Amino acid sequence: MTALKVWVQGIGLLGPGLASWTSAQDVLRGVQAYMSEPAVLPSPARLPPAERRRAGAAVKLALAVADEAVAQAQVDPGTLATVFTSSSGEGINCHALCETLALPAPMVSPTRFTNSVHNAAAGCWHIAVASRASSTSLCAFDGSFGAGLIEAVTSVCLSGQPMLLVASDSPYPEPLHSMRALPDHFGVALLLTPEPGAEPVAELAITLDASASAVSSCDDPSLEVLREAIPAAHALPLLSALARTRAKQRIVLDYLPHLRVQIDLA
Amino acid sequence: MTPLAITAATLTTALGAGRAATLAALQAQRSGLAPVRFENLSLSTWTGEVGGVDAVALPDGLAEFDCRNNRLAWLGLQQDGLLDAVRAARTRWGAGRVGVFLGTSTSGLLQTEHAYRRREANGALPADFHYGATQNTYSVAAFVTRALALTGPSWVVSTACSSSAKVFGVAARLIATGLIDAAVVGGVDSLCLTTLYGFNSLELLSNEICRPWDGARNGLSIGEAAAFALVERDSSAPQAWLLGVGESNDGYHMSTPHPEGAGAIAAMHAALADAGLRPADIDYINLHGTATPSNDAAEDRAVASVFGPATPCSSTKGATGHTLGAAGGVEALIAMLAIEHGLMPAGLNLQQHDTCLQMNYLCENRHAPVRRVLSNSFGFGGSNASLVFGGAE
Repeated sequence: MTALKVWVQGIGLLGPGLASWTSAQDVLRGVQAYMSEPAVLPSPARLPPAERRRAGAAVKLALAVADEAVAQAQVDPGTLATVFTSSSGEGINCHALCETLALPAPMVSPTRFTNSVHNAAAGCWHIAVASRASSTSLCAFDGSFGAGLIEAVTSVCLSGQPMLLVASDSPYPEPLHSMRALPDHFGVALLLTPEPGAEPVAELAITLDASASAVSSCDDPSLEVLREAIPAAHALPLLSALARTRAKQRIVLDYLPHLRVQIDLA
Repeated sequence: MTPLAITAATLTTALGAGRAATLAALQAQRSGLAPVRFENLSLSTWTGEVGGVDAVALPDGLAEFDCRNNRLAWLGLQQDGLLDAVRAARTRWGAGRVGVFLGTSTSGLLQTEHAYRRREANGALPADFHYGATQNTYSVAAFVTRALALTGPSWVVSTACSSSAKVFGVAARLIATGLIDAAVVGGVDSLCLTTLYGFNSLELLSNEICRPWDGARNGLSIGEAAAFALVERDSSAPQAWLLGVGESNDGYHMSTPHPEGAGAIAAMHAALADAGLRPADIDYINLHGTATPSNDAAEDRAVASVFGPATPCSSTKGATGHTLGAAGGVEALIAMLAIEHGLMPAGLNLQQHDTCLQMNYLCENRHAPVRRVLSNSFGFGGSNASLVFGGAE
């Protein structure tokens, strides 16, 4: 199988103890100890005031990392195609709807229903940047990052156009939290292009791996806990590799029980 | 794109299980919609409920996936020889070279809605609730992958009502890049309280049977469905060909289409370009046609601007209801039936044609050769997808 090659032009990151891609460099490189503290979601300045007020955690998280990646890559988001991938969507919204629907005569909030769609973050982003380019929203449970990466990379290779990949997960409140324990918010965005551009971060060569290769882990034990706990954080070994060095290295990411994603960095 | 062979296909809707039942209903211009019976809801609306879903038993070993959505998926998978066709594809290409890409909007959410009515005294959900295998958006693809013993890449596309149109594009891309050789694509969405009460809260549910393209249309009727197609890199005996896929976003509003259909126009142009076809090459258009005032008005403008007003078109949602995340798959299957049987299905329930709409909307079945069909699917979040299908020759 020929590897699919793309360039990383911009990166966004937000998670517990990881305030942004820029500020997390030393932690990801392993030169500064990782200190976990609750993720803080910024208000999405890009959204019109009405949408900004309605934006839930999942939208704020996705837009924050998308913004950072686009700013670093210095691309026009108004023409940018997107892949959003998430294991869960808007947990608080889902909980509120299910609580309401358990009542005898439910009065559902139209705003909650509208924002309950899995592609709410994608819809908000495309409204915010006025982009009519194609957009998709995916889910593959714990393998959602791998699914999004494969979708984004195949699209870049076939269309010859840049692509914004956004992978993000937000926790559910109780009682769903006990059934699906996502400990905090975690989001990552990659701006991928077919050509190196002015200041590329790295070139990725991607293949599917059906062998029993060991999945890459994080050196820092606390980051490794985070990697295992949140589907979007499965990207952490790739982010560490991107932060550390431009030397050649191979990363293997978890995807499905019988399938991994192998990434060669050049 | 290089045309993709569709070697097996099936759909189960309120019209019945399988292609023959669907074709018979379309030929008779019969709707599967009825006043809502589901869950004894107090809502005044019509639904396209699939008969017999409650009685479906999932295959051995997959009990954790038990929920209405996966029961509907399993009912659908057992029609029209799909299981045999997938088995043959698995042998031909290898289990790891066949992907599974399905669309759904609400997955097994009904299971969660029920669980919230059975909370323990301390507020906890009942211990028999399986989040990952039922509620999670990926559940239906995980279930289908396991039921079909496939080990290729899989995921769910969840872009509201365009979901199961977009999965055809996923399969085309992964086959084109050599990651897989074949894929099971389609969509499954089942009735649940979130969508029924949710669309009601937005005043988008009709209190009578939905009437696409009618001057007095006042909203949609929700349906449920499972639709599947097996697409392969090549075939000596395909049922149909996928010729083009076009995708776009409105970038306009979360729940209202762009009034001029700007994103829809972009999707249709992209699908035609992908197929290497001109508008005049399309013989029939299966509209998204939800019967909400805003959708039909915007879609009419968009379709007319791409094709002119003469191309015969209709919405089949008056027959099936709006099956949401399954609608793209259902209407892809109807497009293939139209081609195979030379049948342009009528749009049902129309009493008074909306004089503000200009397209050549079919109120009666038309029998004529159909070589190529374009099918539209649009969703919340401004997500648009158009597909072009061609005949077996």
